[in-house]
Amino acid sequence: MFKHSFIEKRGVVLASLILVTVSIGGLVEIVPLFTIESTIEPVRGVRPYSPLELMGRNIYIREGCYVCHSQMIRPFRDEVERYGPYSLAVESIYDHPFQWGSKRTGPDLARVGGKYSNEWHVAHLVDPQSVVPESVMPKYPFLLENELEAEDIRAHLEVLRTLGVPYTDDMIAKAEEDLRAQADPEADHEELLQRYPKAMVGDLDGQPERLTEMDALVAYLQILGRMIDFADIDPKDVLQ
Amino acid sequence: MAHEAERDPVTGQQTTGHEWDGIKELNTPLPRWWVYLFWATIAWSVVWWILYPSWPWLTTYYPGLLGSNQRLEFAERWQAAEAERAAWLDRIRESGLAEISADPELFTFASRGGEVVFKENCAACHGLGGAGQRNYPSLADDDWLWGGKLEDILLTVRHGIRDPSDPDTRESRMPAFADLLTPEEIADVASYVLSLSGQASDPEAARRGAALFAEQCAACHGDDGRGIREVGAPDLTDAIWLYGSSPEAVRAQIADPRHGVMPAWAGRLSEEALKMVAIYVHALGGGE
Repeated sequence: MFKHSFIEKRGVVLASLILVTVSIGGLVEIVPLFTIESTIEPVRGVRPYSPLELMGRNIYIREGCYVCHSQMIRPFRDEVERYGPYSLAVESIYDHPFQWGSKRTGPDLARVGGKYSNEWHVAHLVDPQSVVPESVMPKYPFLLENELEAEDIRAHLEVLRTLGVPYTDDMIAKAEEDLRAQADPEADHEELLQRYPKAMVGDLDGQPERLTEMDALVAYLQILGRMIDFADIDPKDVLQ
Repeated sequence: MAHEAERDPVTGQQTTGHEWDGIKELNTPLPRWWVYLFWATIAWSVVWWILYPSWPWLTTYYPGLLGSNQRLEFAERWQAAEAERAAWLDRIRESGLAEISADPELFTFASRGGEVVFKENCAACHGLGGAGQRNYPSLADDDWLWGGKLEDILLTVRHGIRDPSDPDTRESRMPAFADLLTPEEIADVASYVLSLSGQASDPEAARRGAALFAEQCAACHGDDGRGIREVGAPDLTDAIWLYGSSPEAVRAQIADPRHGVMPAWAGRLSEEALKMVAIYVHALGGGE
């Protein structure tokens, strides 16, 4: 029965056997991803994105930033010298999907948070060549014009919670409030910073009275790589 | 279409039994060497399974006989590199900035190292070679906002300027005078400020502005407008303008000032890198 001449002449048999073969490969590769514990480092600090950061991340994906920028510092000396500590798996635990990327036309952005001022990010996104003359990055001036559309932010957080991101009821209830407060220099940020430590708050895009897509993208870029305090890490914890 | 396999009379090979338009396909076997290589690669994969991390178990994975671990290898290479540099970096860590500058050998190492750090981290704002650009000060001249001594530069690099994440950051806020003065008064002060650096302005307005300046601005910019570095207030008498020197730009800055922000680099850069980049910036041309 298991002869080419037999199998290849019978479509149903061929399809069933292909299904069995592929399933075995799939099960072996996929099932352990849900059960293996040793791939996620026991390191503190990583938290879910704040609503504004999350919207910024959506813009990052919408504009295809990942096409030219990776977010994955590999454990090689040259990369660590340039970008900082190599990326840990736990740092993308709440990314659906992760933005590791594999193409670096521009630099890696895994640790870009805190490296530049908000003003620099705005100037650079509006016209990259205005601050980095040799840059080949396209201009994104419309981010400063576009009002941020985020009516569905609460649903967004709820969906992510079903995927395992630990948004609390409190976080979801205050999603709209937090979204506006983060980019409002006049707002009280204390509660927001308790929910989302280290979030970049204040006038992010230079237009305090408006909430634009630029606010969201800058909030996202400014948290990248900053959640974990690497000075406190025991090197043994990240060896895997 | 399908026929019984038969032997081709010309080559002596078996045919596959397929025939199209009278042409029959030979069933030529793969070359022996190819088949052996194929089996060898499969056998080799088994060797790799045994030597390197491969099979996932349910909660962990098979680590391999060699105990290979990318992160461990990285740690070893990093330590080796650190050991290689230690002879220099230890001296930089233990020496004061003045000591480093005074030792030609150590100074050369520090300023070269500082240049590398500068290109990756500082040049995006301050330009290659510290030339500066609009809204970001030049570091290659002798006009310093917060001080041009080695220690001043190191402090600025370490804690940044108006960095909300660093409690020790350099901090100062110029008030928005749109709330305190009338537009005419702001125009008068602007005229006086322009006259300080010898630019054309209405002398009458400048005279009125001088009184307002003494009252409102001199506390930070100094009675003579030459600036006070402790609060990062720029010298208004020279030809160097961060946000432009046109009357409109000066009025805008008085009415609703822009405040430059520089990130704090402590924590992000090593202690030695902070010192090296301070030495490099100091040597760009304007160090005091």
